[in-house]
Amino acid sequence: MKDGKIEVHYVTRVEGHGNIHVNIEGGALKSFQWEIPEAPRFFEAMVRGQSCMDVAHITSRICGICSIGHTLAALQAVENALQVRPSEQTLLLRKLILHGETMQSHVLHAGYLAAPDLLGAPSVVPLVGSHRDIVLTIIRLHRLANEWSDLLGGRTTHPINAVVNGWTSLPTEEQLAGLRTRIEAAVSDALAIVEVFKTLQIPDFKRDTEYVALKHPAEYAFYEGDIASTDGGTTPVPDYKKKVIEFIVPYSTAKRARSDQRPSFAVGALARVNNNYEQLSPLARKAAEDMGLKPVCTNPFMNTVAQVVEVAHALEDGLHLIDQLLARGLREEDRTVQVKAGTGVGAVEVPRGLLFHEYTLDDQGLVTDANLVIPTGQNHQNIEDDMGTLIPQIIDRPQEEIRLMLEMLVRAYDPCISCSTHLLQVEFR
Amino acid sequence: MKPRVAIFDFGCCEGCQLQIVNLEEQILDLLGVVDVVTWREAMTEQSDEFDIAIVEGSITREEEVPRLQWIRDHARILVAIGACAHIGGINCLKNRFDLEEVRRYVYGEHAEVFDTSPTRPVGAVVQVDAVVPGCPIDRQEFVEIVKDLLLGKKPQLPTYAVCVECKRKNNVCLFDKGMVCLGPVTRAGCGAICPSFGNSCEGCRGLVPDPNLNSHREVLAQYGLSVDEILRFVNLYGGCQPEIGCFQEAVEATGGPR
Repeated sequence: MKDGKIEVHYVTRVEGHGNIHVNIEGGALKSFQWEIPEAPRFFEAMVRGQSCMDVAHITSRICGICSIGHTLAALQAVENALQVRPSEQTLLLRKLILHGETMQSHVLHAGYLAAPDLLGAPSVVPLVGSHRDIVLTIIRLHRLANEWSDLLGGRTTHPINAVVNGWTSLPTEEQLAGLRTRIEAAVSDALAIVEVFKTLQIPDFKRDTEYVALKHPAEYAFYEGDIASTDGGTTPVPDYKKKVIEFIVPYSTAKRARSDQRPSFAVGALARVNNNYEQLSPLARKAAEDMGLKPVCTNPFMNTVAQVVEVAHALEDGLHLIDQLLARGLREEDRTVQVKAGTGVGAVEVPRGLLFHEYTLDDQGLVTDANLVIPTGQNHQNIEDDMGTLIPQIIDRPQEEIRLMLEMLVRAYDPCISCSTHLLQVEFR
Repeated sequence: MKPRVAIFDFGCCEGCQLQIVNLEEQILDLLGVVDVVTWREAMTEQSDEFDIAIVEGSITREEEVPRLQWIRDHARILVAIGACAHIGGINCLKNRFDLEEVRRYVYGEHAEVFDTSPTRPVGAVVQVDAVVPGCPIDRQEFVEIVKDLLLGKKPQLPTYAVCVECKRKNNVCLFDKGMVCLGPVTRAGCGAICPSFGNSCEGCRGLVPDPNLNSHREVLAQYGLSVDEILRFVNLYGGCQPEIGCFQEAVEATGGPR
């Protein structure tokens, strides 16, 4: 397009509210903005004065889609403040429930929200008619992921059972074995989704980007590790503020972030695959090879493909975790902790990327200070920087096509705007 | 013609919309009897013409009031889903603070740019025809309430307390395990899900009609909660309910063991 504006007011098929504003004059990009108008909810302020034992139940309500991740980050932070190290059983169960959430969220995004773009539909609803088998496969995987979280957490969203230093209720060994059987049976569904994604046309766009994710020597890191970067080097989690530097722009209620090295960086499935490709499970490695995902991949549209890879990883590693739990046998454990003053940081890889919770507690165990750094918040600046590179490359195309590409770009990040406040619209001006 | 349904969200985690997605195959049945015409989180298609509006989230700043009013004006039936829309939910915690201080705490020197107002449930701004309580909503209760509405019936919520469901499940009372619970004053319908998994009921479904809060306060105090702890507990999800406000004033006026 030569002259005009693209204004997307509330980008659809994303979690929360975000707007895109683009102004093109004389065939040149004049200005662009990625705006988050979501109503801020002030969780950092709200949790002050609350008991450290209740904090996970409160901050879980930041996000319905990644409530398990928020719960675990909060529990880690509180346990670190209290200098408590949970048992091996607790850690295995936490890693297992986190896989359930990762799979639920990725299937939701890749299957329900992003796939319609790639199959040329405005939503999943018309696909029920035109691609019924694929939709039913997606639904089956989504249901399994939810029942997986249900079994461990007590319910799918806002888990009940996961608490400081343990679990209020454990699954039985029979239930875990049952879940194992269902996961094994779901592998073929995951492979069917890989087959579909192999045939889809992913937009070809690259921009040199720094990718940041947790890294652990023994495993593909979701629950614990150091902060790693594709630019090299690692940062211990308690020093997260040295790596992830938050800032505010007036047109966004979501905070943004830059790294110690660059003005923007990306977190999420693609960042994890780029940092930890070698540690993917064999099935996931094969899926990545089949879909043409190799590290370091700097095409943000490939984030959706990376999510499909992680679905395969969650299934295969889920089997491995269940085997370990069944070999050990499940037992009730003492969860008692001694409340005291202190500060602790928790870091978890949630579906959309690296999440930090930090709390300071007084000697009664009440929160006096809180800092929450949300993955989508860390991605906002990178999304805007991608737009700045992408728009000039596609500026000759018709307005509607530019609009769709920008919306697809935003959707590829699977932004969670309720988390980062709530975001997403495209306006061209 | 099938009834046209639109789904909207305000300040919340969008976890209740997610419970609609989590109906899995049942959504296909639902789509057989209604046309979903607007659902930003799931679809690009949008329409201004709808019969039933499903609204999630609470009102947390003034600029959202006209949008909610617009939805009310366009909908024949407005359903508030989830604790945030129904009773204000977790967002009400904000109201315990000076809002200027809250803005500065989160946004620092940029605080002025970000508007906020005291949290209100949807029903405090516009008339609500039906509610689906809970944080998050129970998927099957949602389906039952939608069915009632489609059949032209007024959905009925249980008028008894969570304790009734808990007893029916033969759970050992949490008070007998040395814990405390809001089950005696909270509206049933969740199947006492939290106590059944060994957690306190935190009151996310709102109070039963005519709750005996003063008696419950005595119970909580008897089990060792200080006035501060009692107030923190009842305010977790329920702080925007007028009864909790009156209760808080009464407790603060009479004082007690702090």
